[in-house]
Amino acid sequence: MLKKRIIPCLDITEGRVVKGIHFVNIRDAGDPVEWARKYDRDGADELVFLDITATSDNRAILIDVVERVSDELFIPFTVGGGIRSVKDMHKILKAGADKISINTAAVKDPDLIREGAIHYGSQCIVVAVDIKREGEGFKIYIRGGRERTEIDGLDWCKKAEDLGAGELLVTSMDRDGTKDGYDLDLLQRITSLVNIPVIASGGCGKLEHLYDAIEKGGVSAVLAASIFHYGEFTIPQTKEYLKSKKLNIRE
Amino acid sequence: MITIIDLGISNIKSITRGFITQGFDVEIASSSEEVEKSSSLVLPGVGAFPKAVETLKKMGLFKSIVDHAAKGKPLLGVCLGMQLLFTDSDEHTKTQGLDIIPGHVMQFPADRQVPHMGWNEVVQHQKCTLFQGIPDRSDFYFVHSYYGVPDQKNDVVASTDYYSRFACAVQRENVYGVQFHPEKSQKLGLLLLCNFAMMTEY
Repeated sequence: MLKKRIIPCLDITEGRVVKGIHFVNIRDAGDPVEWARKYDRDGADELVFLDITATSDNRAILIDVVERVSDELFIPFTVGGGIRSVKDMHKILKAGADKISINTAAVKDPDLIREGAIHYGSQCIVVAVDIKREGEGFKIYIRGGRERTEIDGLDWCKKAEDLGAGELLVTSMDRDGTKDGYDLDLLQRITSLVNIPVIASGGCGKLEHLYDAIEKGGVSAVLAASIFHYGEFTIPQTKEYLKSKKLNIRE
Repeated sequence: MITIIDLGISNIKSITRGFITQGFDVEIASSSEEVEKSSSLVLPGVGAFPKAVETLKKMGLFKSIVDHAAKGKPLLGVCLGMQLLFTDSDEHTKTQGLDIIPGHVMQFPADRQVPHMGWNEVVQHQKCTLFQGIPDRSDFYFVHSYYGVPDQKNDVVASTDYYSRFACAVQRENVYGVQFHPEKSQKLGLLLLCNFAMMTEY
């Protein structure tokens, strides 16, 4: 049986791990290389690394940090932030990433998803979706949540799948940093709409939230940052809890 | 020496580091001369089957890999590298593979989530050097949309359940293939690489 995945996320800026609330008010959480080593040892199922200011600062991702982090890992490693072309993808894969996460560039040029999938296979292309409630529906945000678009949130998820995305990393901007739990209604809507794995992100504050995202939201994987970084819960504790709730979790 | 084939289309850094951290020396090969010199060969790979075959042919490696296997020297195909060992694949268009292990590569039906992505259990069916010391039903990391179906049941070393059961590890004499990524499967994955490396003659 395929296991549900627990994925710690390193939000990076200027080579340091940070954590913000609602994508702003960022605080320092340490050295990414040390965190990578710890998460690999602790049994994380994958690791995600997002350079959260690469796009807004209009610069390339920090390749040397990607390299040093990947040197610590024997688990799958996804990297995102400021990736604008297939050439950028190539550099990051060469630095040791297994998957590429694209967000702003994919919204501006959806063909980038298709091109990436043709070059490296769908399994390599993660489309990160920053999504916010608006009236009855959802809108897509770009540039690290700084810029609203007119694009409908659910339409975009479907389109990303059709263009060849292998996975969706869905961040609820309403919940991000709040610790109120994932947006389960949003997750349900997306997981019933697409047939590719969905990773839930934004709002995790308790272990129950992880359970709910998997069991009620229907996601394949849960991503969290602050509950792990600030030592509230360890990966082994999290896995024990989810196993006790009869979910399929890797030993 | 263990030789890892670099097709230039996938990340070979992890698998290289996998062997090195376990204390084995590796060489990276991208020419037929280098492949011919190798005592033990690893064919990694992600991406599409037709593109990989085209690349192997363009680089002049297609025949040297087949020759390597025919000489009885150890060969390990990982992920797409395992699929390439088979007779042919349906990916995009029917493409001939290395045909070292008779069988066909097919796409998962659309009744399930594709790609099959994540950690899944590997059920061992027969004794195989590759799995020495690895408990039955251990989890390994998978990511693929196509899977190989060997013609002969004897070639199946282990399988995995994803809606239906498929062969996730094959062996025919000195030739091995694994659909999962040992280099992404932590300790047990590294142990599998070690088991393969130990077959190498120095």
